[in-house]
Amino acid sequence: MVPPMTIRVRLNGVERTFEDGTTVAAMLERLGRSPRWAAVERNRQVVPRAEFDRVTLEDGDVLEVVQLVGGG
Amino acid sequence: MEDRDTLKIADREFRSRLFVGTGKYDTFERMREALERSGTEVVTVAVRRVNLDEAGTGKCLLDYVDPQRYLILPNTAGCYTADEALRTARLAREALGTPWVKLEVIGDAKTLFPDNEGTLEAARVLVREGFVVLPYCLDDPVLARKLQDVGCPAVMPLAAPIGSGLGIRNPHNIRIILETVQVPVIVDAGVGTASDAAIAMELGCHGLLVNTGIAGAKDPVRMAEAMRRAVEAGRHAFLAGRIPRKLYASASSPVEGLIE
Repeated sequence: MVPPMTIRVRLNGVERTFEDGTTVAAMLERLGRSPRWAAVERNRQVVPRAEFDRVTLEDGDVLEVVQLVGGG
Repeated sequence: MEDRDTLKIADREFRSRLFVGTGKYDTFERMREALERSGTEVVTVAVRRVNLDEAGTGKCLLDYVDPQRYLILPNTAGCYTADEALRTARLAREALGTPWVKLEVIGDAKTLFPDNEGTLEAARVLVREGFVVLPYCLDDPVLARKLQDVGCPAVMPLAAPIGSGLGIRNPHNIRIILETVQVPVIVDAGVGTASDAAIAMELGCHGLLVNTGIAGAKDPVRMAEAMRRAVEAGRHAFLAGRIPRKLYASASSPVEGLIE
């Protein structure tokens, strides 16, 4: 049994590893985040919500996962 | 009294002229109650990184602010460059599915005064990308005109520094802005209490955004009610047309027919 390949990404400023082939949707699920009001930026480009389950993470990706919070 | 005095911005029409922020409340429940009592139809929110170190509480702001009921207006607060503001606005649009954004490009951490060049540059790009851009700006009539000219459907000059509660510090500049631009003028930041709100509206401002003034009050729900009434009172006073200020008295009772 060959262990799955892992990739390293920078997620909200912190290094993290994911299995190769992880989609944005799977990443959010692994993090325990409901994607209902989340938005994701990958390498400075917004990932459309409709593509969360199609876009896969790649080694070296810089990701931002944001949500809406109280503000003025 | 039939009241069809509405505030129109871009393709939306609002009956309430009070925009309310969602920051600084101790609980989501109290925030929700304050929003209800304020009568607002436009509610601002901020965009921040999800904290991945904490287990999700399951509670999120949007569970307490129904996007069907309110127009959710995301801000770019905390951005110090046009580029950060652009990225934040684009993320907000994707999260909410609306092109409305309250643009803030901050120029100084102590005063939270905006960066004029950054604000104008970001506004130009966002308008081109189809955003409805409401820019937080200084009480600067020249800048307000430039923001209007790049396509902002309203401008949001500050009354005083964000969270300061100092009220309208330069009513004359606000009046000049009102004469200079054709788009609605929404006073944003620095409103501390109901009379500040009324003054802004009496000057002829088309609306008002309050966050700290409500959220920071001892009783935010009651202050929300006070702000609602002050905005309405100030608007009525403006439309009614106030009397000119005079130095000396002018008797209200007849000067003839007095007993001798």
